[in-house]
Amino acid sequence: MYQAIVFLPLVGFLIAGAISLIGARARHPGGMMEGGHGHDDAHHHAPAISGGAVIHHDHHEHDDHGPQEPAAWGSRPAEIVTTSLLMVSAALSWVALFYVAFQGHDTRVPLMTWIAAGDLKVEWALRIDIMTAVMFVVVNSVSALVHLYSIGYMNEEPYRPRFFAYLSLFTFAMLMLVTADNLVQLFFGWEGVGLASYLLIGFWYQKPEACAAAIKAFVVNRVGDFGFALGIFAVFAMTGAVGFETVFASAKSLVGQHIMLFGHAYDALTVICLLLFMGAMGKSAQFLLHTWLPDAMEGPTPVSALIHAATMVTAGVFMVARLSPLFELSPTALTVVTVVGAITAFFAATVGLVQNDIKRVVAYSTCSQLGYMFVAMGVGAYSVGMFHLFTHAAFKALLFLGSGSVIHAMHHEQDMRNMGGLRKKIPFTYWMMVIGTLALTGFPFTAGFYSKDAIIEAAAAGHTSAGDFAFWMTVIAAGLTSFYSWRLIFLTFHGETRADRHTYEHAHESPLVMLVPLAFLAAGALVLGFAFKGVFTHAHDVAEFFRTSLFSASGNKILEEMHHIPMWAVYIPTAMMALGFVVAWWFYIANPSLPKGLADANPILYKFLLNKWYFDELYDFIFVRPAKWLGRFFWKKGDGWLIDGFGPDGVSARVLDVTRRTVLLQTGYLYHYAFVMLIGVAALITWFLVKGATG
Amino acid sequence: MAIGLSHYLTVGAILFTLGTLGIFLNRKNVIIILMSIELILLSVNINLVSFSAFLNDIVGQIYALLVLTVAAAEAAIGLAILVVFYRNSGSIAVEDINTMKG
Repeated sequence: MYQAIVFLPLVGFLIAGAISLIGARARHPGGMMEGGHGHDDAHHHAPAISGGAVIHHDHHEHDDHGPQEPAAWGSRPAEIVTTSLLMVSAALSWVALFYVAFQGHDTRVPLMTWIAAGDLKVEWALRIDIMTAVMFVVVNSVSALVHLYSIGYMNEEPYRPRFFAYLSLFTFAMLMLVTADNLVQLFFGWEGVGLASYLLIGFWYQKPEACAAAIKAFVVNRVGDFGFALGIFAVFAMTGAVGFETVFASAKSLVGQHIMLFGHAYDALTVICLLLFMGAMGKSAQFLLHTWLPDAMEGPTPVSALIHAATMVTAGVFMVARLSPLFELSPTALTVVTVVGAITAFFAATVGLVQNDIKRVVAYSTCSQLGYMFVAMGVGAYSVGMFHLFTHAAFKALLFLGSGSVIHAMHHEQDMRNMGGLRKKIPFTYWMMVIGTLALTGFPFTAGFYSKDAIIEAAAAGHTSAGDFAFWMTVIAAGLTSFYSWRLIFLTFHGETRADRHTYEHAHESPLVMLVPLAFLAAGALVLGFAFKGVFTHAHDVAEFFRTSLFSASGNKILEEMHHIPMWAVYIPTAMMALGFVVAWWFYIANPSLPKGLADANPILYKFLLNKWYFDELYDFIFVRPAKWLGRFFWKKGDGWLIDGFGPDGVSARVLDVTRRTVLLQTGYLYHYAFVMLIGVAALITWFLVKGATG
Repeated sequence: MAIGLSHYLTVGAILFTLGTLGIFLNRKNVIIILMSIELILLSVNINLVSFSAFLNDIVGQIYALLVLTVAAAEAAIGLAILVVFYRNSGSIAVEDINTMKG
C-alpha cells in the first residue's frame, strides 16, 4: 500500500511526460527532440520576440494565458490518468493515516540499497510513522484536488500534458521527502520538489517575469540548500551515519561535543541544527530567504496552491519536526528558530497589508503562517506546528484556489484594485473564500482557531525571552492577518465594482470541476481543526498519537503548560482577529476613502511596506550587484586580460609580432639574399680562421 | 719585380670582389648579375690555374676547364630563362623582381 501511495504519482508523471513528448514530436515532425518546448516557442513567437515591449504588454493582458494554440495531443488522457492516480493515492493516504494512527503500525519499507561507499551506507526505504502519514494526507489530498481543479483552470492551456506531468512529478518528490528514512533521501526529495517548483513557476516560459521568478526561486533555495547540505555533512562527520535511527540514537552523545571551525570550537549540535535550519529557511521562505515566494506567484494558480502554500513550503517545518531529536537538544538553535519564525510572521503580515495583487496577498499570508509554524517548533511544541501545517494546507489551498477562481472569472485580472462587487457574480467562490478567510484568521471553531491559537498559546507558555517575543509578534501578526484577509474579501467581492464593464458583465462562476475541490477544501478548513485538535495539542493524546516520531526532551512540558496560561492570553488572538475585521470593515466598506488618505499621510511607511521592506532592492545591492561586478571583473580582467592576454591570445600575438618583423627580411630582392649569403660565408670563414688560429 | 703567386691571387680576389659587389649593388639589370657570376667563376678559375701552375698539379687546370664548361652552360640557361621572363613580365629590372617578398 505504501509503495502504491508513493509511486502512483511517479507513474502518472511518466505517462503524462511520455504523452507530452509524443505531442512535442507531433508538433515538429522530423524536428530535433533536443529542442523540446523551448524550440517550439521560438518558432511560434518569432515575431513577438523581436520587440521586447510588445511581448511584455501582450502577456500582461492575458496574465494567466499561454499562447493561443490548439491543445497538445493527448491532453485529456494525460489529465485523466494523472488525476485518477492521484485520487487513488489520496484515498490510500487516508487509509494509511487511520491504519498508522489507530492501529499503531509504524513500519519501515526497505526498497533498495542506494549508496554503499565505505562508511557511508544509504538505504532507500520508506519510513512510515505518524508524521509521514499526516504528510501523506496533506500532500496527496491537496495534490489530488489541485489536479482536479487544474483540469478546469488550465482548460485553455495548450501544453496540459506537460503541466500535469510536472504536478505529478512534484507530488512524487514531495512523497519522497516525507517518507525519507535518512538525510540523503530527505535531500533527494528536497531537491526534487525544488526542481518541480522551478519547472512549474517557469511553466509559462514565454513570460520573462515567470522565467525570472523561477530562477530566483531556484537560486534562493540553493542558498538554503547549501546550509542544509553542510548540515548533513556535519551530521555524518559527527555520527558517521545518515540514517535517522542511527543519528537519533547517537544524538544524546553529541551533547557537549564540539566542531572545530576556522580555529574555533562550536557546539556540535547547535552548528548542525543551525545549518539544517538554514535549509528549512530557504524552502519555507523564512525571513531573509523569503524573497522567492511572492515572486513564485508568476506560476499558474493551481501551482501556487499546491506548492507554494500547502506542501513544498512546509517541507522546512516538516524537516524540523522530523529532526526534533536533534533540535530538542540544542536550545540555541530552538531560540533561533523561534525568533526567525516570529519575525517572519510579523514581517510578512505587514507586507501583506498593502499588496494589491490578490495572489501576492495570499502568498505573504503563507509566508507569515509558515513563521507561525516555526514559532511552534522553536518553543518545542512540534505537534502544534504540525497541526498548523495540517490545517493551513487545507485553508491556504482553499484561498489560493478561490483566488484562482476569481482570476478565472475576471479573465486573468489579478489586481484587486480592478475588482470589487463580485459577490453577486460568483457567489459560490465568494462563500468559499469567506470560509477560507475565517479559517485563516482563526474565527472560533474553524481550523485556524485551533491550530493558530494553539501556537500563540504555546509561545505564551514558552517562558523564555524568545517565547515572549514570539508571543507578541504572533499576536500582532494575528491582527494584521485578519485585516489583510478581510481587506482581500472586501476589495474583491464587496462594494461597487471597479472592473471595466465588459469584464464585470462577463464574470462567470467557474466550472464544476473547479468548484468541487473548493468545497472539499472548505469542508477541511471547517472541520479539520475541531476533529484533530486533541491528537495534535493535548499532551497525553499527542504522546499516544505521535509516539516516537516526535521527540521531546524530558524537561519539555510545553504541551501541558500551554493549557495553563492566563485567560487574557487565550482570548487575545480572537480579540485581535475581531479587531482586524472591524478595522478592515471600517477601511474598505464604511469609509473607502480612508486607506488612500492614510497612505498619503504616511508615504514613507506605505512605500516601505509596498516595496516589501525593500528586501529585493537590498539584496540587489548587497548580493546581486557585487556578484555581477565580480563576474564582470573575472570575465573582463581575469579571463579577458590575464588568461587570454598572457595565454593563448598573448602567445599567438607575440608570434605574430615576431613574424611580422621576420617577413621584413624576405624582401624578394635577389641582391639582399646574395648579401646575406655573403655575410654568412664571410662570418663562417672568419670563425673557422679564428678558431683555426686559436685551437 | 717577379710576378709571384700572390699577384695572381690578388687579381683573383679583386675579380671575386667585383663580382660579388656587382650582384648586390646592381639594381638595374639581371644580365649584369649574370655577368657578375661569370666574373666570380673566372676569379675562381684564376685561382685554380695559378695554384695548379705553382704546385705542378694538372688537376687544377682540368678543374678550371670543368668550371668553364659549367659557366658556359649556366650562361646559356640563365639567358634563356631571362628571355622567357622578359616575355612574361615585360621587364628584367632587378627591382621589379620581388615575387618572393614575404
